[in-house]
Amino acid sequence: MKTESRFKEAYLWTVILLIFGLVPVFMTSTYQMNLASHILIWVLFATAFNMLWGLTGMLSFGQALYYGLGAYCVGLMVKYLGSAWFFPGMAMGLVASAIVALLVGLLLIRVGGVYFTMLTLAFAQLMYQIMFKWYNFTGGDDGVVGIMQPGIFSNPIVYYYFILVMVMASIWILKRIAYSPFGMVLRCVNQNPDRVRFLGRRVRRNQLRIYIISSVFIALAGGLMVGVDNSIHTDMFVWTTSGEVILMTVLGGINQFFGPFIGAIVLILIEDIVGAYTEYWSLIIGTIVLFMVLLFPKGLVGEFLQLKHRFLKLKKHGG
Amino acid sequence: MDPLLKLESVCKAFGGLQVTNDVNMSVMPGEISAIIGPNGAGKTTLFNQITGNLLPDTGKVIFKGKDLVGQTPQKIVFSGIGRAFQISSLFPDETVLDNIKVACLSRMDKTRKFWRPMLKFKQATDEAYAILESLGLENQAQRFAFEMAHGDQKLLDIGIALALKPKLLLLDEPTAGMSPEERKTTQNLIQKLWKEFDLTLIFIEHDMDMVFDIAQIVRVLQQGTLLAEGSPEEIQNNKEVITAYLGEDL
Repeated sequence: MKTESRFKEAYLWTVILLIFGLVPVFMTSTYQMNLASHILIWVLFATAFNMLWGLTGMLSFGQALYYGLGAYCVGLMVKYLGSAWFFPGMAMGLVASAIVALLVGLLLIRVGGVYFTMLTLAFAQLMYQIMFKWYNFTGGDDGVVGIMQPGIFSNPIVYYYFILVMVMASIWILKRIAYSPFGMVLRCVNQNPDRVRFLGRRVRRNQLRIYIISSVFIALAGGLMVGVDNSIHTDMFVWTTSGEVILMTVLGGINQFFGPFIGAIVLILIEDIVGAYTEYWSLIIGTIVLFMVLLFPKGLVGEFLQLKHRFLKLKKHGG
Repeated sequence: MDPLLKLESVCKAFGGLQVTNDVNMSVMPGEISAIIGPNGAGKTTLFNQITGNLLPDTGKVIFKGKDLVGQTPQKIVFSGIGRAFQISSLFPDETVLDNIKVACLSRMDKTRKFWRPMLKFKQATDEAYAILESLGLENQAQRFAFEMAHGDQKLLDIGIALALKPKLLLLDEPTAGMSPEERKTTQNLIQKLWKEFDLTLIFIEHDMDMVFDIAQIVRVLQQGTLLAEGSPEEIQNNKEVITAYLGEDL
C-alpha cells in the first residue's frame, strides 16, 4: 500500500510538472505564460499561507507584509544598484522576511484567535503605509517599474522555467514539513494546544517557527513576482492581497495540503475568464466563494476526496 | 525508602477561596493510591499544582528529591510525571496511532525533525503499537480519535500519558461517564497498567468500589484540607470521613 501511494504521488507531481512545463511550448501568446506564472506564484503564496492557517490554526490576515517585503527587496535593489542585484535582492528578501517574521512573530504569538488575526493585519497595514508615504525611497504609490532580470533570465521563457522550478521545489519542501513530526506537532497545536504542553512541547515556540517558515516562502513568492510584472507596487502590501490568499484557501479547502494549490488555480482562472467579459468580476467571485462556503465547506479538494472515498466504499460493498 | 512525591504544606487560594489548604503527603514509589472527596474539594487543583499548571501560593512539591515549584509543565513532564485528564484531552483529527506516536516522538526529542516523513519513524510506531496493545485498542489504530467511543477515548488519553514513560501517573477520574461494565474493565486495566509499566499511580475517583478495590492508600480531601489518609479499611471506618463524604449507610 505504501509503494502504491508513493507511486500515486510521483504520478501527481509528473502531471503537474507536465501541464505547467508545456505551457511555453503550446502557448499561442505570451499572455498565457504570464497567466501561468501568476498562477504558480499564487500557488506558492497560498500553500505557504495555509501552513499557518490550515495546519497550525493561525489565521494571518497580514501575510501580504512578507509578499511585499520579498518583492520590494528585489525591486529596490535593482532600482538603486542595477540588474545584477536581482537575485541577491531575492535572497536578501528571504533573510529580511525571516528577521521581520521573528521580531513581529514574537509579539504576535502572545495573543491567539481573532486578536492574532487583527494584529497581523495591523502590522501589514503599517508596512503598507511606510512604503506608501516614503516616496523618495520606494516610489510611493507609483511603485517602481521597468525592473529587469540580469542576463539570460530576462528571457521570459527562461524566467518562467525558473519560477516553475522554484515553486515546485518550495511546495515539495513545504509538503515534507507538513508530513514530518514537526508538521504533526503543528497539527496538534491546532487541535489541542493544552495537551501539546503535556507532551513536553512548547506551543508558542512551534507557532513562531511555522510563522517564520511561512513568511520566508511567501517572500520568495513576492520576489519571483517582480520578474513577471517587471514592477513593484504598494498594492502588494495591502490587505486585499492577504484576503485573496484566504479566498483561494477556502475555495480549495483549508484542511488539505493541496487545497490552496487548487484554490489558487481556480480563482485566478475565474478572475481571468470572467474579467474578460465584465469589470464586475469581483461580484462573481464573491458569489462563487459564498456559494462554496455555504454548500461545500470542505473546499474543492476536500469535497472531491470525500466523494472519492464514498465512491470507493460503494464499489467495495457493491461487489 | 524516600518518597517519590512529597507535598509540603501546599497552599493555594483563588481570591478569598482557599482551594488547597496546607496539604502534606508522601507518595512512595510503586504505590497505587486514590484521592477522594466531594466536588470542589480541590482534587483537580492539587493535580494542577503537581503538574505545573498552577503555581502553589506556598509550599513545596518535591519529586525525586527536587522541588518542582516554578517549573513549566513541559519540564515537569520530562522529569517523569504523566497525566490523563478528567475530560479526555486528545488530538481528535489524528488517528489513534498518531495520537500516541506523537507523544513517543516528543519523548525521543524528535519533534523538531521537519524532513523525514512520520511514516519513517519505525521505532516510535512500534512503541505506539505496543502501548495500544496494552490498552486493548490496537484494532482501532487507524481510526480517527474523534470517532472512538467515549470510554476508549479515556483510555487513549491514558495511552498518550504512558507514551512519555512517566514514573508517576496522575489519572483524573478515569472512569467518569462510563457504564458500570466499562468501569469494571477500566479498573482491571488500570491495575494491569500499574504493574506492567512499573508505575506509581495516583487517581481521583468518585466510584468507591474502584477506590476500595485497587487503591493501597486512600486520601480524603475536603475543602482543600487533607481530612484523612490510610488504607481502604481505615478510611471506610473513619468517623470523620463517613460524616463528611461517604455517608452513614456504607
